[in-house]
Amino acid sequence: MPYKMKIAARAAREIQSGQVINLGIGIPTMILDYLPAGIEVFVQSENGILGIGPRCSRGTEDRNLIDAGANYVTITPGASFFDSALSFALIRGGRVNITFLGTLQVSANGDLANWIIPGVMAPGIGGGMELAQKAQRVIVTTSHTTREGDPKILAHCTLPLTARACVKTIITELAVIDVTPHGLMLREIAHESSLREVQDKTDTPLLFPAEEIPWF
Amino acid sequence: MIDKTISGDKALRQVLDGQTIMVGGFGGPGTPFILIDLLQQQGTKKLTLIKNDANEPGMGISKLLEADQVQTLIASHIGLNPTAVAMMNRKEIEVLLYPQGILAEKIRAGGAGLLGFLTDIGVDTILRESRQVVDLDGREAILERALRADVALIHAAVADPVGNLIFSKSARNFSPLMATAADTVIVEAEKVVATGILDPDQIHLPGAFVDHIVELDELTPEYGVLPQHAL
Repeated sequence: MPYKMKIAARAAREIQSGQVINLGIGIPTMILDYLPAGIEVFVQSENGILGIGPRCSRGTEDRNLIDAGANYVTITPGASFFDSALSFALIRGGRVNITFLGTLQVSANGDLANWIIPGVMAPGIGGGMELAQKAQRVIVTTSHTTREGDPKILAHCTLPLTARACVKTIITELAVIDVTPHGLMLREIAHESSLREVQDKTDTPLLFPAEEIPWF
Repeated sequence: MIDKTISGDKALRQVLDGQTIMVGGFGGPGTPFILIDLLQQQGTKKLTLIKNDANEPGMGISKLLEADQVQTLIASHIGLNPTAVAMMNRKEIEVLLYPQGILAEKIRAGGAGLLGFLTDIGVDTILRESRQVVDLDGREAILERALRADVALIHAAVADPVGNLIFSKSARNFSPLMATAADTVIVEAEKVVATGILDPDQIHLPGAFVDHIVELDELTPEYGVLPQHAL
């Protein structure tokens, strides 16, 4: 399975029925494809939708119905539309159970940096800062390293932060890692990987649980 | 009988050089493309625009940027418009970027007659360097000032002559907020129905906020499904 799909499929298993979730751009938008049967979620979109469904097949698009990434989307039963202020009352008011976000860097204490590369990229944060700071649970879904092979999981972020100490869980193609008060705790490991590989590609020490680590 | 309908040309003549203009829309949906085209043809200059995004090259407010009619853009994310990003990087336009919900709330506050509000969003980030940080009962908070504009340009699905508006799906976004926060509110509507027809329970914005309604004869291709965002 391509690594992005593996990450999305694993991330989908973090969702519980009845939750309100928000999906960032990239890998997060693929998570719905892997939602286990019987799990009912409300997907929130910053542009004023609660209850987004899968993307529209060609020819079925509604010109007035896009998600925050400009994709034409369907809606699910029970969906609602509202304005941008109400949409962010939902987010900042703490009604979003999980936000899944991509990242450039994430640190041992859960700092998230995913919006600026100084001198290269600074198109604005959109809704990301408010989601990172106020969602009940922030899950980062990301490749374990950059395209150049550099670790994205670091002792400290070197890029400007999106929000401090906000990330609760990191899901990569190699591992599921929880941010705990004691440090980063390995929760699961990919079949294709090894403890050694995960630690080698992580630029901060990982904690390993006493019991056997499950595979995914 | 109250009738706020007016021709687009006549409505846009009220927009003057140097004014601040709020423009509704999130990406394509809700963007008043025809009012923007009229503003571009009119050649009004030195504008400050407030819009969530910068549309995409050759579309919507990007036309005003490309025609050098804009001095300052206040937005939350302009990543879908490389032309706007390049103009920002070359310092041809001043761009002020806010977290999206903070931008919405600044507009909401302006429309509600408030001067500003306090928030902890971004207080632990580089945002604080360009903001006023205050102490609120021992906690740090950023003081965000309310935003108002001279004119708001809004797209609605349905209007009536007294200015009541109904928006469609995700085309609502910033539009009802902006319509409360400008001295002059110009609305383009896909359909204008007789006063009294709309169910008061279904109205998204009451007519008192609206000054002028321009009924659209037909929609340009920009209002349609954009192939670059379809599967």
